[in-house]
Amino acid sequence: MEHYNMNLTLKVWKQKNSQDKGRFETYQVKNISSEMSFLEMFDVLNEELIREGKEPIAFDHDCREGICGMCSMYIDGRPHGPWHANTTCQLHMRAYKDGDTIVVEPWRANAFPVIKDLMVDRNALDRIVQAGGYISVNTGNAVDANAIPVEKDKADASFAAAACIGCGACVAACKNSSAMLFLSAKVSHLALLPQGGPERKSRVLNMVAQMDREGFGACTNTGACEAVCPKEISISNIARLNAEYIGAGLVSEK
Amino acid sequence: MLNSKIPAGPLDQKWTDFKGHCKLVNPANKRKLEVIIVGTGLAGASAASSLGELGYKVKAFCFQDSPRRAHSIAAQGGINAAKNYQNDGDSVFRLFYDTIKGGDYRAREANVHRLAEVSANIIDQCVAQGVPFAREYGGLLSNRSFGGTQVQRTFYAAGQTGQQLLIGAYQSLERQVALGNVEMYNRHEMLDVVVIDGKARGIIVRNLVTGKLERHFGHAVLLCTGGYGNVFYLSTNAMGSNVTAAWKAHKKGAYFGNPCFTQIHPTCIPVSGDHQSKLTLMSESLRNDGRIWVPKAQGDNRKSTEIPENERDYYLERRYPAFGNLVPRDVASRAAKERCDAGYGVGSSKQAVYLDFADAIQRYGKGEVNKRNIQGATPEMITQLGKDVVKEKYGNLFDMYEKITGENPYEVPMRIYPAVHYTMGGLWVDYELMTTVPGLYALGEANFSDHGANRLGASALMQGLADGYFVVPYTIGNYLADEIRVSAIPTDHPAFVEAEREVADRINHLMNVKGKQTVESFHKRLGKIMWDKCGMARNAEGLQQAIEEIRQLKKEFWSDVRIPGEVNEMNPELDKANRVADFIELGELMCIDALNRNESCGGHFREESQTEEGEALRDDINFSYVSAWEFAGEHNWNLHKEELEFEVAKPTQRSYK
Repeated sequence: MEHYNMNLTLKVWKQKNSQDKGRFETYQVKNISSEMSFLEMFDVLNEELIREGKEPIAFDHDCREGICGMCSMYIDGRPHGPWHANTTCQLHMRAYKDGDTIVVEPWRANAFPVIKDLMVDRNALDRIVQAGGYISVNTGNAVDANAIPVEKDKADASFAAAACIGCGACVAACKNSSAMLFLSAKVSHLALLPQGGPERKSRVLNMVAQMDREGFGACTNTGACEAVCPKEISISNIARLNAEYIGAGLVSEK
Repeated sequence: MLNSKIPAGPLDQKWTDFKGHCKLVNPANKRKLEVIIVGTGLAGASAASSLGELGYKVKAFCFQDSPRRAHSIAAQGGINAAKNYQNDGDSVFRLFYDTIKGGDYRAREANVHRLAEVSANIIDQCVAQGVPFAREYGGLLSNRSFGGTQVQRTFYAAGQTGQQLLIGAYQSLERQVALGNVEMYNRHEMLDVVVIDGKARGIIVRNLVTGKLERHFGHAVLLCTGGYGNVFYLSTNAMGSNVTAAWKAHKKGAYFGNPCFTQIHPTCIPVSGDHQSKLTLMSESLRNDGRIWVPKAQGDNRKSTEIPENERDYYLERRYPAFGNLVPRDVASRAAKERCDAGYGVGSSKQAVYLDFADAIQRYGKGEVNKRNIQGATPEMITQLGKDVVKEKYGNLFDMYEKITGENPYEVPMRIYPAVHYTMGGLWVDYELMTTVPGLYALGEANFSDHGANRLGASALMQGLADGYFVVPYTIGNYLADEIRVSAIPTDHPAFVEAEREVADRINHLMNVKGKQTVESFHKRLGKIMWDKCGMARNAEGLQQAIEEIRQLKKEFWSDVRIPGEVNEMNPELDKANRVADFIELGELMCIDALNRNESCGGHFREESQTEEGEALRDDINFSYVSAWEFAGEHNWNLHKEELEFEVAKPTQRSYK
């Protein structure tokens, strides 16, 4: 792979805090290596801003290996940028060429208020999990692990749903700011396993109710969520969620 | 002096006896007892949920925006457990023995045996929570091999085992939050421990969104804050991973155990340039199937695919025929460094070796052809079937490698090089996981206890969850049973006021330096000193130089650091400055510890102490102890020694040949 350097123009959302109105600022960055990650390019810019006595750009990031779900930039109109099945931290600068202009915004959704610049508050996702995204088993209650065989294809499908990193890209991509892909991944993860059986109905009803309370929009099956999901969570999970929800509502014993 | 509180009796009865005789707290009293937990990785989340379930009033803190993001999430390969589902001769004793031996006889026998005992319960608990481990077609759990063992005892979920285990613990934690048993504080960072009458009674935290300092009381404080690998600047740790909580505890009286014991992981993606902000691990599980090699000729610049089989040196298989590519991490890392230093490295930097899957792809492809009874399979078909199997096992790792390097590891071998990954050292704790400050505990990677001088793969997840699910719920009762008469101390107590004032003063001091150099530039310089002189190979002269250089760096930091922004607002540069200031002090102690330990053991390789073949040479007569350092003022520490006694696993020269 040939490496090269580039100069870029960045238009980045700056917002002092949740009360501030916010605006775009334009920055020039020079001599960016194609081997850098996108966030390393931001590191370079921030170092320069600090040396010039200016305010650096605040953004969320932690593991920088695509698994913690903390990074969250909306890059040129797409959560996590141009690459398929990718997080911002794993986007590398070989995706760009010399002279490009890149527009970077925070996740936009009513349920995700901006904290500062590119950082948003995603606690609503934790509260959806609190509403039922678990199996109620206290430490010490478990039987031997192999006493519960699970069909391999179901275990694999459960794992595929559980791979969700909770980044919120699905919400940011959706024109309705719906959290259905996130929620359906959690419901599927647990509904596909026999361990998740006892709470299957109450879980889906309570989690959907919490999602609505948080101010996420409805799902209209446009599929934008699936297209940007860094972990390729399938939209078929939403179909499963709907079936679970209807089933739970129809035969609810309460 | 140091009382490790190891129960009397035979090794395999100690934990049972402890549980049978430790003090208990009745449910009504548990409701009155408050426990603070800092960090929500595997150790913290499992402890918070388990203690919440027991009825304690728990407050949990993390610096990330959600407890689910703690760096345990990035663990890839697996978690060990002595289940013996494979019928291949595994047992609690073998897991204990492998861990002690893998740690090069520098861990405490009683703790390690307990770890092996509870390992099986962890798997049961995780499966009950819905952790989707890999399974066989019969529906039962699958296992794979890891380094330093000859049995298959590693449970896994593709290359995302840490993620799945942490989500299991996180879900349990969120359930306790919903039930009101745990109060969760996201985006909060602990900046001091509050000690009243010699006991830990609370913490001072900074709300990272508002910048405000807060005081929180607890009858006990648990630090589950992970390791300090980021002292090297470049490591596989997350960007935010730091030593600050542990370091504040150290300065308030908690001894620091074996700070120089650092794990350098052999298989990471090599550094690509000065812009590098972190390094990415390629799971040890890849050594199940990948073969490590370099060209037999020095400075061979041909492409990997152009180098014929007989001109490749599979140096691990050559040097260590019994364990081959699955030698422990310290051994594999040093062997890679040895080849690169001798001029056999590959890639543009020459600081890399190959990890090659071509053989595995062929082997799996042929296996699939047989399994599916395909007649007349073409070589292309075999290769494709083999790639499919490899993809199922390691797909996410291969994708990650391609994203970072732009090379396709299904077609060309990966280039890898060792990188800082884990720290075996940490706060000294006794058998009950309590530090030398009563009421202050350290769990998981934050403590020093179970891995000696080298941790075996897939054992970090095991230890974090063991400590949180199955150890501390018992041992903390033994302490809190005597605290039931202590009512919550109001946070206007002078000790809280004083601790908060100290934190505020330090922050103001940092902000007022108003120098020229960025926090990041200091961190990079510290990392370079540590990597060059306290990294994979260490010697007395280099360590002495490093101590001087770090002291100089500290002066420069406190007189020339530049932090933009304000105190009472979100200020990530200030948070980073707080952390780097502590890393600088820790770096000095690590070098002092490495200098003191004039022997090689596990990941600590003193060039002065090696066999003729270049293997680590332990000195059991003089160094069979845990170094527990007591802070005694700036640049000043007192060494306390916990002598290690091996009643069951008698130390021998480690051999993987």
